[in-house]
Amino acid sequence: MRDFLRLLARNQLALAGLIVLSAVVLLALVTPLLPLQAPNVTNTGDRFLPPFTEGHLLGTDHLGRDLFSRLMYGTRLSLAVGFAAAVIAAVLGAAIGILAGYYGGRTDNVIMRGVDMLMAFPYILLALAIVAALGPGLLNALVAVAAVNIPFFARNIRGITVGIAHKEFVDAARLSGMGDMRIMLGEVLPNVIPVIVIAMSTTVGWMILETAGLSFLGLGSQPPVADLGSMLGEARSALITNPHTSVVPGVMILIIVMAINLLGDGIRDALDPRLRSGALTRPMAATTVRRDGPVPEAREGALLDIRELQTQFHVKKRVYRAVGGVDLEVKPGECLGLIGESGSGKSVTALSVMGLVASPPGVITGGRVDYKGTDLIGARYEQLRTLRGREIAYIFQDPLATLHPLYKVGDQLIEAMTAHGRAPKEGARQKAIELLKSVRIPNAEKRIDSYPHEMSGGMRQRAGIAMALANDPEVIIADEPTTALDVTVQAQILSLLDDLRRSRGLAIIFITHDFGVVAQLCDRVAVMYAGRIVEEGPTAEVLATPAHPYTKRLIACVPELGEGRRKLAAIPGLPPPVDDLPPGCAFAPRCAKATPACTEPPIELMPFAGTRAVRCIHPENDAAAREAAE
Amino acid sequence: MTLALRLTELEKTFPLKGGLFGGPRGHVHAVNPTSLEVRQGETLGIVGESGCGKSTLARMLVGLLPPTSGAIEIEGEPLSRADPAAFGRKIQYVFQDPISSLNPRKTIRQIMEAPLKHLHKMGAEQRAARISEIFAAVNLREEFLERYPHEFSGGQAQRIGIARALAAQARILILDEPVSALDVSVQAQVLNLLADLKTEFGLTYLFISHDLAVVEAVSDRVAVLYFGSVVELGPAERIFARPHHPYTKLLADSAPVVGRPLTAPEAKGTELPNPIDPPSGCAFHARCPRASEKCRQVTPELFDMGDGTQAACYHPVNTE
Repeated sequence: MRDFLRLLARNQLALAGLIVLSAVVLLALVTPLLPLQAPNVTNTGDRFLPPFTEGHLLGTDHLGRDLFSRLMYGTRLSLAVGFAAAVIAAVLGAAIGILAGYYGGRTDNVIMRGVDMLMAFPYILLALAIVAALGPGLLNALVAVAAVNIPFFARNIRGITVGIAHKEFVDAARLSGMGDMRIMLGEVLPNVIPVIVIAMSTTVGWMILETAGLSFLGLGSQPPVADLGSMLGEARSALITNPHTSVVPGVMILIIVMAINLLGDGIRDALDPRLRSGALTRPMAATTVRRDGPVPEAREGALLDIRELQTQFHVKKRVYRAVGGVDLEVKPGECLGLIGESGSGKSVTALSVMGLVASPPGVITGGRVDYKGTDLIGARYEQLRTLRGREIAYIFQDPLATLHPLYKVGDQLIEAMTAHGRAPKEGARQKAIELLKSVRIPNAEKRIDSYPHEMSGGMRQRAGIAMALANDPEVIIADEPTTALDVTVQAQILSLLDDLRRSRGLAIIFITHDFGVVAQLCDRVAVMYAGRIVEEGPTAEVLATPAHPYTKRLIACVPELGEGRRKLAAIPGLPPPVDDLPPGCAFAPRCAKATPACTEPPIELMPFAGTRAVRCIHPENDAAAREAAE
Repeated sequence: MTLALRLTELEKTFPLKGGLFGGPRGHVHAVNPTSLEVRQGETLGIVGESGCGKSTLARMLVGLLPPTSGAIEIEGEPLSRADPAAFGRKIQYVFQDPISSLNPRKTIRQIMEAPLKHLHKMGAEQRAARISEIFAAVNLREEFLERYPHEFSGGQAQRIGIARALAAQARILILDEPVSALDVSVQAQVLNLLADLKTEFGLTYLFISHDLAVVEAVSDRVAVLYFGSVVELGPAERIFARPHHPYTKLLADSAPVVGRPLTAPEAKGTELPNPIDPPSGCAFHARCPRASEKCRQVTPELFDMGDGTQAACYHPVNTE
């Protein structure tokens, strides 16, 4: 709630709307207590007095009634009717929407087609018809305005409900013995209330206008009772001669509706989860770079060299050190595995290479990514763009999310090639077919015209790999490319990647959480924990004699096929949050070997057994590894 | 030995949506007639790839989906109507995604109280006592009860999901990929907790997963599902070590194992059969290196393989 108010207050227009509306509502509430003249007492002798006449602050109307008093009472009535109509429409509309969305199928069809029919009439015509059937009167106008707005709520709420009704927590509620009615009220309704509030806040103003419209036509409030619409209607004939009689209620309508709409927009922005998650903050084309320290030198012999890379997320006052100084290098034709649990920073490391971390909130705060002598971190956007996909390409976890759903796979491949101006348009299609063949998509000539949704998960990932290969890159960064796939398909994709790197000399950085995959595919492996590399070395050695206690215990957690039924080892506790890292070793709180020295910073990545490195002062298998090295 | 669960010829087909008028255009066979028995206190693992019908099967077992035909018997009592409330006291479900199985707008206490209130009609005091008891059993602190689901990590949320299933006092739990959304270090915590709870409360588990190694580690017996049918059923320690059905062999060979060189165990680019137009005979024949004419025409039943394993194959591998 406090968050909501803070978000709302940040929007100054909405805040202004809130203040104005509160003032109007407050005045309307206390109107009967104010020392006003009776609003309905006529005094034809004082008709059409101008504003600021003594005793009549805003003048009088055609029957000599005090305009200020009528305005206050009229505002009170208009607000009451508008809000009442909104509440009625929201309650009925939400009820209809939830019923239709929850039951689905035929119930949904019948209800929603009925709602569609209501919507097919122009709203004013429908309102007029309802009032004509019920007879004029403020109450009937209210019914008409509410009825006209029910479809809007019903459709909105139904859409949201359909999504919620298929959520797992609804199934869980069913299994807890809750009936349909209970589920709709107890599980679904709390989740749609924000949507109802948003819809109400954006329609109240509209409903006040509609009520005023009906009253203006003489179908709403009946004389002598005033509401804003009927005041306007009565003043119509004197519009030219005595404009103040129509200006006064007109300005009030303007103020109310403007205030409500500004506030409504603010409420929507503050409540809508899509907007809150940052849909409105457009990330920049490349990650912001703010390096304070000196830029480290590149090492010899590496194709892609990541040195002391630091990437942080700045969210409000918090700083999340997602990547806290990572060193990695990969040579041509080499496959480097980057392994770690969720939140260890492995994906952010990969995305930082090409400046693909969303900014805001991501900031690269230090280090160097050297590719063939160019520092990519400091590179200009134009330069990065020519390298993206052409020299360094990515394969992501979910190919359904990375392929555009509305374009054919072939067209997307061709676009990837022509974007870098490497392939002439004519030959592009032929080249795309060859690419699809090279990733072993059967029937490539036909498949090139498929849409992503027409392909199976394995085929889509192949298309994703084909896209990464389109410009003959030197380096491929694969971020959990097989995690979403079935094992039989995973095996095919892994052997495909292995063939490709051997035949094309590709360097691959393979990010995963699966030791089995790393063992089969990667020459070297780096283990990440809480934003840092804790161990690095040739895959076989690291897996056989892990040096860091974290690596050792993580490997022990993974059940291996063929070992039968057993109790698994577990690591107690959770990784530390990266906005609150402990000093010294981040694993120390979970480590059985931790000593006081482990909590004293800094613990560096130290060479270990020749070709390896470990960030630990009490490494495992110390003697055994030394022996093996000698 | 008492049976916890018996399925007889349980089947589920989904009608394909037709035009505005007229009936459905056809049917998708999600689960072909399947018979299975689960003994009291046993863990039956169910493995299969996406689309093999394992989740549909699980949802039928707890009454979330009505079966097209066939019968479910729980602890000797037949359950004819798909009514989760009737099922709920005997059999419960632990969901794959721990966070989305908890209503974001309810406190953990409200979530935990629902089964106690609606399935067992307990009073407020009784509920509080029962909840503390269960929370102690799953190693959760009671201060968590007043918090909302988004404040929990995946592992904690999954423990809450397990606690909710236990609260219903069901003695059979369907675990639908309970650890696949969790990190390995947390996965082991949850799996060990499940093993402890099983001995403590005498539970029976149906453990559904796509991860062969996890299933092998926790199960007594394993059923391999392919395309809506059980193709192999046998003791966990033998089924992947000495598979009989070629599909089981393919699965076992595909799993990445440390120390085994990388090979694609299958010819390139094979695709799953089309569920709307299923192949005749054995559903696996198009991918199978041992397929014969008979396989293309007649669907094999489960045959006894002599070592406690059953496989639906005319030409099984690894037989003496």
